[in-house]
Amino acid sequence: MKPFEYVKPNTLAEAISALDAGGEDARALSGGTDLIVQMRAGRNVVGNVIDVKGVTETNVISHSKKDGLTIGSSVPCYRIYNDEGIKKTYAGLVDSVSIIGGTGIQGRASLGGNLCNAAPSGDGIQSLIILGAVANVEGPNGARQIATEDFCTAPGQNALNPGELLVSLSVPEPESNAGAHYLRFIPRNEMDIAVVGVGASVVLDAEKKSIVSARISLASVAPTPLFVEAAGDALKGTEIASDSVEKAAIFAQEAARPIDDMRGTADYRLHLVGVLTKRALKVAIERAENQ
Amino acid sequence: MAKLHVETTINGESTEILVDPQQSLLETLRDGLMLTGAKEGCNDGNCGACTVIMDGRTVNSCLVLGAEAQDADITTIEGLATPRGLHPLQQAFLENAALQCGICTPGFLISSKSLLDSNPNPSEEEVRFWLAGNLCRCTGYDKIVRAVLDAAKEMKAGN
Repeated sequence: MKPFEYVKPNTLAEAISALDAGGEDARALSGGTDLIVQMRAGRNVVGNVIDVKGVTETNVISHSKKDGLTIGSSVPCYRIYNDEGIKKTYAGLVDSVSIIGGTGIQGRASLGGNLCNAAPSGDGIQSLIILGAVANVEGPNGARQIATEDFCTAPGQNALNPGELLVSLSVPEPESNAGAHYLRFIPRNEMDIAVVGVGASVVLDAEKKSIVSARISLASVAPTPLFVEAAGDALKGTEIASDSVEKAAIFAQEAARPIDDMRGTADYRLHLVGVLTKRALKVAIERAENQ
Repeated sequence: MAKLHVETTINGESTEILVDPQQSLLETLRDGLMLTGAKEGCNDGNCGACTVIMDGRTVNSCLVLGAEAQDADITTIEGLATPRGLHPLQQAFLENAALQCGICTPGFLISSKSLLDSNPNPSEEEVRFWLAGNLCRCTGYDKIVRAVLDAAKEMKAGN
């Protein structure tokens, strides 16, 4: 690895000022499971590594009915899936954080890092998008919020300006009768990158007969994680017993812009988008029915 | 770049070491502290040969900076056996012939220890999922999984 300066600030203000001073040359370090790999491979040349794990705000997990869920950007996957409250209320998030890498990766890798790394295949990102999560960002010019579906701008690129830090993620408390699910296709059972991943969330009406709203997001079929608003809209107001799930799957396929690569051909990926969208919706609806 | 002074606990002993900022925990252990049990395989978090336990969780030490070990509590393969003898997992690996070339073994043992620390009675499926981040190109995994299940039984019996 190329030499760099390492600092570990203890407060948010110190972290922002270190990131600001470093400018384009600085990167925030949380779990390091993407950043260190990229720095070692020379794909990411960093002069200043700012370890933000000492900042209280990046380590928080807080959950209440009123404010929903807040997860600090450095919180590693295992803390999320071991949290009983999150498991009960945010199953669609636990789906993805428990399949990112293996146990050793989950001990370090953070959900915030998964979002900042902005890989089209990022499993955690799809869960954030379907749950309507918002990224809480602070920088030298103050705080702002970015919808997670707008956060990734290109492969490996995100909406943060130099000097800005993703501090935490806010996930709204699900409405009653809501359910969500994320699943992916990989050739083995674990430890692989999604050939295609699909996240789906639904809110059902009080009778649990029809869909009030739905969100669908796709992994590995576009240069960024892909929020498919049209697929969710196709489900709005339809009965769960109808063929609307099939229609939503077609909208998802129409939105997908996959490429051929070593993990699969574009055609194969389109097929998978259809299959996985239906499966993700089926489980999301079941979870909503069981609320 | 100036070296960083790191105070950490490794296998129960307080340790101080100077590290370069770009030095990984794996390099710190192997080259700085001569703890060469953790191995460098892929050096990018896929193979698990460098697995150590850090503050109660397994991590790939190739993806941790030495500097991040400040105030951490780390267990490496060197901390597994006691003067009284091998850890039950090590004994079970021997008895089940759960290793051939041996390069993945320290990582498997450490991952298995952390599994049994948190789940003393795992199912075969739980063992396989927990160890998914450790690759072995010799054994075909079955013997490793059997060894872990045997060790769990042995430890439950209090032997």
